[in-house]
Amino acid sequence: MNSPEQENWDVELTPKNNVFDLKIRDVWHYRDLLALLVRRDFVSFYKQTILGSLWFFIQPFFTTIIYTLIFGNLAGIPVDHLPQPLFYLAGITAWNYFSDCLTKTSSVFTTNAGLFGKVYFPRLIVPLSLVVSNLVRFGVQLCLFFLMIGFYAVKGANVHPNAYLLLFPFLLLLMAALGLGMIISALTTKYRDLSFLIAFGIQLMMYLTTVIYPLSYVKAKFSDYRWLVEYNPMTSIIEAFRYGFLGEGTFTTPSLMATSAMIFLILLVGVVIFNRVERTFVDTV
Amino acid sequence: MGAVIKAENLSKAYQLGEIGTGTISRDLERFWARVTGKEDPFLKIGEVNDRAVKGKGDIVWSLKDLNFEIERGDAVGIIGSNGAGKSTLLKILSRVTAPTTGSVKLKGRIASLLEVGTGFHPELSGKENIYLNGAILGMRKAEIKRKFDEIVDFSGVERYIDTPVKRYSSGMYVRLAFAVAAHLESEIMIVDEVLAVGDAEFQKKCLGKMGDVAENDGRTVLFVSHNMAAIQKICRNVIFMNKGMIGAMGDMALILPKYLQSTSAQKASFAIPLPDNYERILCYANKLQIEDTDGNSIQEIPTGKAWQIRVFFKINTRAAHFIIALGINNMVDVNIRTSWSKPKDMAEGNYEAIFKEDNLIFAPGTYSLILGLSNHERAIQYVENVASFTISDISEATLDDTIIKRNNVGLILNPMQIDIFPGTDNAH
Repeated sequence: MNSPEQENWDVELTPKNNVFDLKIRDVWHYRDLLALLVRRDFVSFYKQTILGSLWFFIQPFFTTIIYTLIFGNLAGIPVDHLPQPLFYLAGITAWNYFSDCLTKTSSVFTTNAGLFGKVYFPRLIVPLSLVVSNLVRFGVQLCLFFLMIGFYAVKGANVHPNAYLLLFPFLLLLMAALGLGMIISALTTKYRDLSFLIAFGIQLMMYLTTVIYPLSYVKAKFSDYRWLVEYNPMTSIIEAFRYGFLGEGTFTTPSLMATSAMIFLILLVGVVIFNRVERTFVDTV
Repeated sequence: MGAVIKAENLSKAYQLGEIGTGTISRDLERFWARVTGKEDPFLKIGEVNDRAVKGKGDIVWSLKDLNFEIERGDAVGIIGSNGAGKSTLLKILSRVTAPTTGSVKLKGRIASLLEVGTGFHPELSGKENIYLNGAILGMRKAEIKRKFDEIVDFSGVERYIDTPVKRYSSGMYVRLAFAVAAHLESEIMIVDEVLAVGDAEFQKKCLGKMGDVAENDGRTVLFVSHNMAAIQKICRNVIFMNKGMIGAMGDMALILPKYLQSTSAQKASFAIPLPDNYERILCYANKLQIEDTDGNSIQEIPTGKAWQIRVFFKINTRAAHFIIALGINNMVDVNIRTSWSKPKDMAEGNYEAIFKEDNLIFAPGTYSLILGLSNHERAIQYVENVASFTISDISEATLDDTIIKRNNVGLILNPMQIDIFPGTDNAH
C-alpha cells in the first residue's frame, strides 16, 4: 500500500487549490483547442449570412458616420486638427476591441455552462480564445481604418503617422490584457444583477474614454473632472493609438507606464480570482 | 496492479433552491467565518441527500464521506437510484467541479463522456467537430489526425462527415461523439449513461469497446447506467450509491441483489382491496406476496430463478368445493398462464396459499396477476391486476446456457428438446 510507486499521483483534486498556480502548462497543452475555438467562432459567425465577414465593416462604418453627424457636427466637439471620420474611427476601432473582449469574457460562464459542466479543460482557454478571435475581428476593422487613412492622406489632410506606431503591438497587448483581466466580471454569474451593471457600465465608460472627444478638450473644458478621464486606462491607450497613426493625441510616457502597471495588476488579480472560482463555478451558474 | 483512483473522505455539498437576495448575506457570513478562521457555517447544517424527503436546511450533501480505491484495468459500474450522487461523483472525478471537502487522487489522463457531443457546434461539419471535440477532450491535433480514419470508421457516419452536424439524427450524433471519446488515449475512461440514444447495434459496439479497453488495454473504466444488463456485461465490480454514500461496493454478483431490492419501484407485498361486504361473504383474500422459493420477499426476480406467490386469505364460513386460482398476464395483457387449486372443503380460519413457479422460465418483463376465489365454480372474489412482479434481465447463475438472449424473445424461455442428426436429401 505504501510503496513509493503508489504515491505517485498525477492529479490531486481538493476543495481549494493554490491560487497562484495558473496551470500554464495545462493551458499550453490545450493550445490546439484554443486555435479550434477561434476558428469555430469565426466560421459560425458568418455561416448562413449573405454579407458574411462584410458585417465586420458595417458596424464601425455606420457608427463613424453617426458620430461624425451627432458629436462632430451637431454638438460641435472639436477633434484636434484631424478629419472627423478618421478621429472617430480610430477611437471606435480600439474601443470596440476592448468592449467586445469585456462583454464576451463577462458572460463566459453563462454561455459555456453546458460545456464547462460536462468536461474538464483549463477554463482559461475559453476567455483566451475570445480575446484572440476578437483580435481577428479587430484586424479586419483595422483594414478599414488603414483604407480611411490612405484616403485622407491622398486628399492631403492633416494626418501624420509617426514612429510611435511602433507602440501599436504593445497597445494591442494592453487592450487584450485589460479585456481579459476584466474576467473578474465573469464572476458576476452568481449574481445576475452585475451583468446588467456591466452592459450598462460599459456604455457609460465609453463617455469617460476619449472616443468621441480628444483628451486635450477635456483638459481645457472640464479641468475639475479631467482625472476621471485621465485615470481611465483605455484613455491613454486610445490617445497613444491616435497619436501613432494620425499624429494627434495627448499622451506621455509616464501616463502610458502607469496605465500598463494598472492593467498588469488587473490582469493578475483577474486571472488569479478566475482560477480560484472556476473549479466550482458551474454549481452556481 | 495498484490504484489509479483514490478518494478520501470525499464530500460535495450543494445549495438547494434559488440563488437570490438571501445568498449574498450568507456568502458574506461564510467569508467572515473564513477570515476569522472558523468552520464554514454553510456546511454545518448539511443534510443527507434524500430527494424524496423535505428537509429543513437548504444545503444538501450530494456526496458524503466517500472512501474508495479503484484498481488499474478495472471496469467499475456505478449504480444507484436517481439523485443518489452518481453523476456528482463522476463530475468530481472528471474535474468538472471541485469537492467541498476531502480529496481524490488520480493517475493518468481522464476521458469523460458525461454527455454526448459536448462542445459540438451545430454549424460545423462532422469532420470539424471531430477535431473540436477531440481537442476539448484533451487530444492534440496530430493525435486526432492519426486516429481520424479509425474514428470515422467506428462511428459509421462516413457518408455525412462533411455535413454540418445539425443535420444529423440524434443517433448519428451519439455515434460520432462516442467514437471520438473512445479513441482518446486515456488511462481512465468515465462514461455516464449516454448510450441510450444509439441503436442496438451501436450500443453493443460501444459496450464491447468499453469492455475491451478495460480488459485488453489495461485502462480503467467507470460506467454509470441504469441498464443492469449493460453493467453486468462489462463490469466486474460495482459501487452502489445510496443517498450520497456508498451503500455497498465490490463484486457485481454480491451487490446487485441489494441494489435491486432497494431501488426497485416494484413492491414485494400487495394489499388486496377488500370487497364491501367482506365480513359477510364466504371468503376473501387480503394480501399477496412475491417471494423466492425460500419464502423471502423479493421485488425483482432474476431470469431463471424459481419464485412463488403467497396469498393470505380468510374463510368466514365453511366453504365446500373451494378453489383459489391465479392468472398471469404479460405487459400487453395477454393471459399466459392460469392455475387452479384442487377443489377442497375448507373450515373457517386464516389460510395461506403458495403458487410456486419452478418450472417455466419467464422472459424479462413485468407481469400482472389476476386472483380468483370460488366455491362450486361460482366466483366469490375476482381481482384483476391485483399485483405485479418483474423478471429482471439479470440472469440467475444456474440459468440454462442455451438461453443466449433475453430481449426480443418469446415469453417462455424453457429450452425445447432439440435433436440434430444426419438426414436424407429430400429437396426436390
